[in-house]
Amino acid sequence: MSERTTAGYDIAVVGGGGAGLTAAIYGARARRRTVVFERLMTGGQIATTGLVENYPGFPKGVNGTDLAISLVQQAERFGAELRYEDVRMLKRLPGGGFRLESDEGVYRAHAVIATAGADYDKLGVPGEAELVGRGVSYCATCDAAFFQGEEVVVVGGGDAAFDEALFTTRYASKVSLVHRRETFRASALLQERVFANPRIELVRNCVVERIAGAEAVTGAELRNVATGVAFTLPVAAVFIFIGQTPNSHLLKGLVELDEGGHARVDLRMHTAVPGLFVAGDLRMAAARQLVSACGDGATAALAAEAYLAEAGIGEG
Amino acid sequence: MAATPEVTDTTFDADVMKSDLPVLVDFWAPWCGPCRMVAPIVEELGEEYAGRVSFYKMNTDENPAVPSQYGIRSIPSLLIFKGGELKGTIVGFRPKSDLRKRLEEAIA
Repeated sequence: MSERTTAGYDIAVVGGGGAGLTAAIYGARARRRTVVFERLMTGGQIATTGLVENYPGFPKGVNGTDLAISLVQQAERFGAELRYEDVRMLKRLPGGGFRLESDEGVYRAHAVIATAGADYDKLGVPGEAELVGRGVSYCATCDAAFFQGEEVVVVGGGDAAFDEALFTTRYASKVSLVHRRETFRASALLQERVFANPRIELVRNCVVERIAGAEAVTGAELRNVATGVAFTLPVAAVFIFIGQTPNSHLLKGLVELDEGGHARVDLRMHTAVPGLFVAGDLRMAAARQLVSACGDGATAALAAEAYLAEAGIGEG
Repeated sequence: MAATPEVTDTTFDADVMKSDLPVLVDFWAPWCGPCRMVAPIVEELGEEYAGRVSFYKMNTDENPAVPSQYGIRSIPSLLIFKGGELKGTIVGFRPKSDLRKRLEEAIA
């Protein structure tokens, strides 16, 4: 791809999930030239969520994908531009503003709102990478239907794992929920539902050591960390939801990150770098909820607008 | 943006296997969130490759035969055909530039 520098933007949002799209809605409504860069798919984590039950205003829940598509349409309606590009480098310019390099081009922006969120972690065991799409999955809402009447494993102990285990029971004859500890992090409500579901069997204190299969998954090789006993569950699929890591590589060397890789910001989502804001799951102490990510995005965009106005950019 | 046209179990042979142009088929289902989020990216690529590669999408709920024939157990899956042969498979969502690269390799 030949390098090109296009006309700059007032606000560049890096990441098109809930935080980023909300920031774009506010930025575009402030009549700022606003772009959203999205590496994979807009909506971020909500795009893979079947039903979002805790977003205020939807007493019956709202489909995550529908909500994501609505957010995109709303941002575009007010004039935000959407680019499916991976921003790989972010630099401060000596005279103020930022330079962004993506896999498709080079851009300038007066303010940047980083909302790159977090990616789901992989187990890192043999068989996992080889069998992606052949029974190894990171999206039960996408793939569970392909395992109608079969036995499957869901790995993890948090909300995502519990949510997806419950969803998977619509299709699978049996779901073994494998967790490396005795207790779970998932919310009390989800735990109640999982414990009450006759199709879900809890496999505590166990780790996955290998995913077996040649053409397709045939089993999950587990080991009990308490007893050391190894055993194999003959399953057709392994769904993995073991946590997430923030996408903070862009911010390294620019802003202060905590041990987990989250950026330090003030109450207006401003980092120590003037004009650089971080919102959503990428920031320190985030609640990691859609509603708070959207709130962060609005806060950051309003703060970016105030920053641009104060710097005398785009006035008159 | 033009929506990607549908191909079915019935039309697959004529539209894909016997196509003069290379063909990319996007396997999706209405309940698959990421599939719906990938759709606009596939549409953008479809416009970029207009006249060089045909783009179709196949609903795996309504068309069981072709997905089963190609062993699809994860969607979105993008399959690339040339001269009636499968030349490339992309499982899951990938960056647009990556899709373009894989497409270029498959039709080379």
